[in-house]
Amino acid sequence: MRSLIVVLAAAAVMALAFWAYRENYRTQAELAEIRELQREIGQYRESLGVLRAEWAYLNRPDRLRGLADINFERLGLLPLDPRQFGGISEVRYPAVALPPITDPVDTVALSEVAQ
Amino acid sequence: MTRTPLRPLARILSAREKGENPDAIERENIRLRHEAMRDKARVRAEGRLLLLGLAFLAAFITVGARMGVLASTEPAEPQTAATGASIIAQRADITDRKGRILATNLVTHSLYAQPQLMVDPARAASELVAIFPDLDEERLKADFGGKRKFLWVKKKISPEQMQLVHEIGDPGLLFGPREMRLYPNGAIAAHVLGGASFGREGVHSAEVVGVAGVEKTFDGWLRDPANGGAPLALSLDLTIQSTVEDVLYGGMKLMNAKGATAVLMDVHSGEVVALASLPDFDPNTRPAPLLKGDPSDSPLFNRAVQGVYELGSTFKIFAVAQAMELGLVAPTTMVETKGPMFWGKFKIRDFHNYGPQLSVTDVIVKSSNIGTAHIAQLIGGERQQQFLQALGMFDATSIELVEAPTGKPLRPAKWPEITTLTVSYGHGVAASPLHLASAYASLVNGGTRITPTILKRDKVETGARLVSEVTSATIRDMLRQVVVRGTASFGEVPGYAVGGKTGTADKPLANGKGYHKDKVIATFASIFPANDPKYVLVVSLDEPVETSGTEPRRTAGWTAVPVGAEIIRRAAPLLGLRPELEPVAEAGVIRVRN
Repeated sequence: MRSLIVVLAAAAVMALAFWAYRENYRTQAELAEIRELQREIGQYRESLGVLRAEWAYLNRPDRLRGLADINFERLGLLPLDPRQFGGISEVRYPAVALPPITDPVDTVALSEVAQ
Repeated sequence: MTRTPLRPLARILSAREKGENPDAIERENIRLRHEAMRDKARVRAEGRLLLLGLAFLAAFITVGARMGVLASTEPAEPQTAATGASIIAQRADITDRKGRILATNLVTHSLYAQPQLMVDPARAASELVAIFPDLDEERLKADFGGKRKFLWVKKKISPEQMQLVHEIGDPGLLFGPREMRLYPNGAIAAHVLGGASFGREGVHSAEVVGVAGVEKTFDGWLRDPANGGAPLALSLDLTIQSTVEDVLYGGMKLMNAKGATAVLMDVHSGEVVALASLPDFDPNTRPAPLLKGDPSDSPLFNRAVQGVYELGSTFKIFAVAQAMELGLVAPTTMVETKGPMFWGKFKIRDFHNYGPQLSVTDVIVKSSNIGTAHIAQLIGGERQQQFLQALGMFDATSIELVEAPTGKPLRPAKWPEITTLTVSYGHGVAASPLHLASAYASLVNGGTRITPTILKRDKVETGARLVSEVTSATIRDMLRQVVVRGTASFGEVPGYAVGGKTGTADKPLANGKGYHKDKVIATFASIFPANDPKYVLVVSLDEPVETSGTEPRRTAGWTAVPVGAEIIRRAAPLLGLRPELEPVAEAGVIRVRN
């Protein structure tokens, strides 16, 4: 009985040691992957910053003004003007399509009858 | 272990035979047994103490070693913290009120040389000069050939330049990463942003520090990692700022002025929506400050904040507002305007002769110095000073720019009655255009004091009351009348009911004795829409002259007012204001029968 316990304990120690060994290597692999990912995130953040800076640079008002001037013939862009504001009442309603007349009534004749 | 009996029979018997006390033997044995027990206990206790001592020693050694390791290793980012340890730029961005970038960072490289590693220093020097024409070849050769082991060649280089330097192929030319500050909009809002330069520098990194404007005021905040990279949102609006600068530049050229400034401010919150000062500069390549001469000639000089000028007739509304608030006059009260007015040896004149008397409204509309001086006499110097103090005309503005304290208004040390009279029409006290804008905003917004700010504000706090709602409404009406039928008639913008007051002040001579004859500061302080003001705009031109007529005109009505009107015409739609018909106060409805 006693020897069985000893053998079992030894086997448990070996199993745990094997488990710990594997966990150790897995952890290190994960850490390496995290490092890689964070380096990648850093690179993306950096290029995001560059892109944002470039976007801001390309959209700077001076450049847009110049582009609007160059392309005036095609786009016809002008600075915003107070006259460009419109009221909602100035919007035209779409024309209502009338249904076809199926039962014509002679209104002229009716009005003559009324008189 | 053999156990010794306490009373061994053999010794007891022999002791009895000798007539000795056998108890002594027992006692002796008990003593020996106790001694043995005590020795054993001591050994065990000593062993335990030793073990405890060793444990403590190990603990202390561990702590000490750990401290040593921590102190001697390079700091590293925690790698296992899974919750997205964000890699933040060294310095936070600056954005306008709608989140458009005004300042950001860009990673570039610096170029340095280690001459002892160089293969052919002379060739490297000549090739470098071919890439960077601003370098001095002789100086580089001397540096590369001398005793120096390290020298900076360029602080910031572009990727293309870096590639060209790579192609020289000299192992002694090395690169270090650099984060540089980029202002993508160039000169727009240059005076607000200021600029940045490098602080302490190393091969692997360099500190970016603000040198002026908000970059310097919020230097600590922008560099604080605790903010998590959140950008600094300013109250400026990039589109409007750009429009204002554009129109102001055109106006400055048209009016032959040597400088110009404009401040556009929200009348309720005190947020500065646009702040322009011309001539300006590019904060990416900030010029060196002037070492001698007049600092206001430098493009670095922020006229809106630092430039303190006597702002002339724009001050008249303060005297009138105070007199109405105190109940001394009403808009229809007639005031004497017969000129010239004598006070001791001084003589106060008007631009034109306005007849014997004018109503208070017409004093403002026609801008009569004499009329305002008479009103100021009613107020008195003491109360006038208190009111100007309350308006903030005696202290530097609290705007968050590092230059703000240098724009402290100039006021006379003593305040005799003649000062009371001259200050009432804007001579004797010099203040910045920003002071004027905040004072006008405080008067027309319903009468509560506002403090100017360059930061976006989420909630508006109501300041101390300066004048009543009724007085504020009367002032708005008077300012509107100035544009409708007074000195600022060129200020009319259809649909926006502009109100305002002009001011033309002679520039003081550099020696402080007297004034220039033909150099003026022309100012137009305006509000729009006058019936329910949203914004106040102050435009000021330095030495303008309008030459379309037979003789040169310098008054603000001919110079600053058209520029201000054009700014309002262009900026108001961008501010989201719809052109509206002015509500007519007493519109009588006539019943017509047919």
